[in-house]
Amino acid sequence: MAKFIANILFIKYLKKANNYKLIAVSYLQSITMSYKTTIKAGGSEKDYWKDLWINRQLLWILSKRDISVRYKQTLLGIGWSVIRPLMTMLVMAFVFSFVAKLKGDPGIPYPLMILGGLTIWSFFSNSFSQISNSVVINSNLVSKVYFPRLLMPLSAFSVGFIDFLISLSLYIGLSFYYSYPPSVNIIFLPLFVGLTFICSLGFGLFFAVINVRFRDIGQLIPFLVQVGMYMCPIAYSSRLVEGKWFYKYYLLNPVVGIIDGFKWCLLGEKAYFDPSSLYSTIIVSIVVLFMSLMYFRKKENTFVDHI
Amino acid sequence: MKVISAENISKRYIIDHQRSQKSSSLRDVVSNTFEQLFNKNSKVADFKEKEEFWALQDVNFEINQGDRIGIVGHNGAGKSTLLKILSRITDPTTGQVTINGRVASLLEVGTGFHPELTGRENIFLNGAILGMGKPEIKKSFDAIVDFAGVEKFLDTPVKRYSSGMYVRLGFAIAAHLDPEILIIDEVLAVGDAEFQKKCLGKMRDVSESGRTLLFVSHNLTAIQALCNKSFYFEKGRLIDQGETTHIVSTYLSRVSQKQLERHWDEIDQAPGNQDIRVKSFRLLPEYVDNLLHIDVRTPMKLQFEFWNLIEDANLNLSLHLYSYTGECIFNLGTQSQAFAKGIVTGALEIPGHFLNDGSYNISIMVVKDTSEVIYNMEDALSFDIEDYRENVSWYGKWPGYIRPQLNFTLKQTESILND
Repeated sequence: MAKFIANILFIKYLKKANNYKLIAVSYLQSITMSYKTTIKAGGSEKDYWKDLWINRQLLWILSKRDISVRYKQTLLGIGWSVIRPLMTMLVMAFVFSFVAKLKGDPGIPYPLMILGGLTIWSFFSNSFSQISNSVVINSNLVSKVYFPRLLMPLSAFSVGFIDFLISLSLYIGLSFYYSYPPSVNIIFLPLFVGLTFICSLGFGLFFAVINVRFRDIGQLIPFLVQVGMYMCPIAYSSRLVEGKWFYKYYLLNPVVGIIDGFKWCLLGEKAYFDPSSLYSTIIVSIVVLFMSLMYFRKKENTFVDHI
Repeated sequence: MKVISAENISKRYIIDHQRSQKSSSLRDVVSNTFEQLFNKNSKVADFKEKEEFWALQDVNFEINQGDRIGIVGHNGAGKSTLLKILSRITDPTTGQVTINGRVASLLEVGTGFHPELTGRENIFLNGAILGMGKPEIKKSFDAIVDFAGVEKFLDTPVKRYSSGMYVRLGFAIAAHLDPEILIIDEVLAVGDAEFQKKCLGKMRDVSESGRTLLFVSHNLTAIQALCNKSFYFEKGRLIDQGETTHIVSTYLSRVSQKQLERHWDEIDQAPGNQDIRVKSFRLLPEYVDNLLHIDVRTPMKLQFEFWNLIEDANLNLSLHLYSYTGECIFNLGTQSQAFAKGIVTGALEIPGHFLNDGSYNISIMVVKDTSEVIYNMEDALSFDIEDYRENVSWYGKWPGYIRPQLNFTLKQTESILND
């Protein structure tokens, strides 16, 4: 007990010293010393984030598992991560510019605009669908071993993120081919990637919970992703929508702000970007994430009974 | 020191009688709700019927450090539910458990193995899932590989492993966990005899090093050898706890009273035909050591009474003893003899130290004139014989149908003299 109090005092002292790293270390020590667990209905609330932290290594390992399993027994392996976005871009560029005669933002190579939008959209949609399926896919773990269930959706980011990085490098390579290198706005890129994390986690978590009970979600997700793709400014520019009566409803879609912002980072000021769209992105993403987290926390202890 | 204390834990499951499928679909829920809204007395109401099922009810216990607890009970008695609660996989509906110490639970061998990953990768994956840190895994990596005996296949995906290798690797990782409390569920049901021996040896080490062990198994020999205390669960309740020998015996006496006696008082209701009616079948064990169950040492008497309805019939009995798997172990016949109308009684003695442990059943035939079967009763009696061993440190299933005590000796017939 005395040790425990001493530990707390120590932590308080360190907090003053603003030495966060040491705090984390001593905090860990204090939990490894006792390992007292209370199990009761509704789970043990206060230990949750502590457990998540202790198990961070498992998060890393699960992520690594998903990545290394991804292209096992394929001929082209990671090459698929390059081929897929490239092919999609070529098809879309052909269909929309030659067949549908859509125009992008003036002064911007149309294929680049598509690839830019596609890059962040794929990251969002991959993360979203992987997260939605994460609990069901890992059902063998859920029913046999304890760990904070939130690790599953969190680890589901890994594959999409690697694909995102590859697609982004592909974009940068292609931008030099079109002599249209990324603008200085690129320094804001991490902001939009972060928003994508929050947004996809928010929506994904919610569906992940429902998916445990109703596998219909597995059927619904690809459809949602397909529809979402047309509702977001990927093949077209938001400029086409601006001024239309439904523009304000269009902006309610949190992904619109993310995609426009992302394209703005890469393509510069010529790309259409309405900063006010970020309000809805930020508010919707954070509210949804918060509510989904609560929902997930409430339901995660019953996963095993329904899975 | 108390390491686990459970107060009033209960676990309720709601059984959906709606459908037999595991996951109902959203459409069904929506359509059923609508149907119910519109016609209240429709059949759908029956569909929606839900039933409560208490997998565990008011379970209280305390476990001290170093206790080795065996958990026995029939299938569905709540043993696995208890382990799931203790390993935090599922929450109790009511009650509370306090655990002091690091828990590792092994409810399955090779949890989370990914078939596409190699043995090496899976060791790290599975180790992390079971709660081992990377340095910990690295430290015992060689020992794990050695224990599992998979050196050659470390870089082969585990989907190409034989099922034996897979299980060995899984257990090897778990065996190198270093928790204060180890929970094991029926893992020994898999693997060959040699591997089972290895596992039990490892568990013995664990239990002797002062760690706390909870062990569910149907292998009572192993429980008796490893555990000092036992819990007996029946229908979700902890009905008895105490010394392992005592608990195992209570459990067995409840289990093995399978069908030791059957009798019919009224001749018209008795099974049979116009020639023969059954009066009674009895199996009378001569229990040893005041135990209330039959084990391999127990001699048994069998008695069969019939009403013979034919005058001057030449009758004899023919008895088949079958193993649980349906193999006939022996067939015996009595002398054929002429009987008057009335009751005839057949008797047979099966000595102790003759049948091996297992489940058996007996069918009996009444034969007329040594050729015509006039009555045949399958499954006339059935019984279990439990294992019993002395001075043996091997707990795997004893092979064979019979286990006779024959005079088998080993002695020194020549010695090399050391000068």
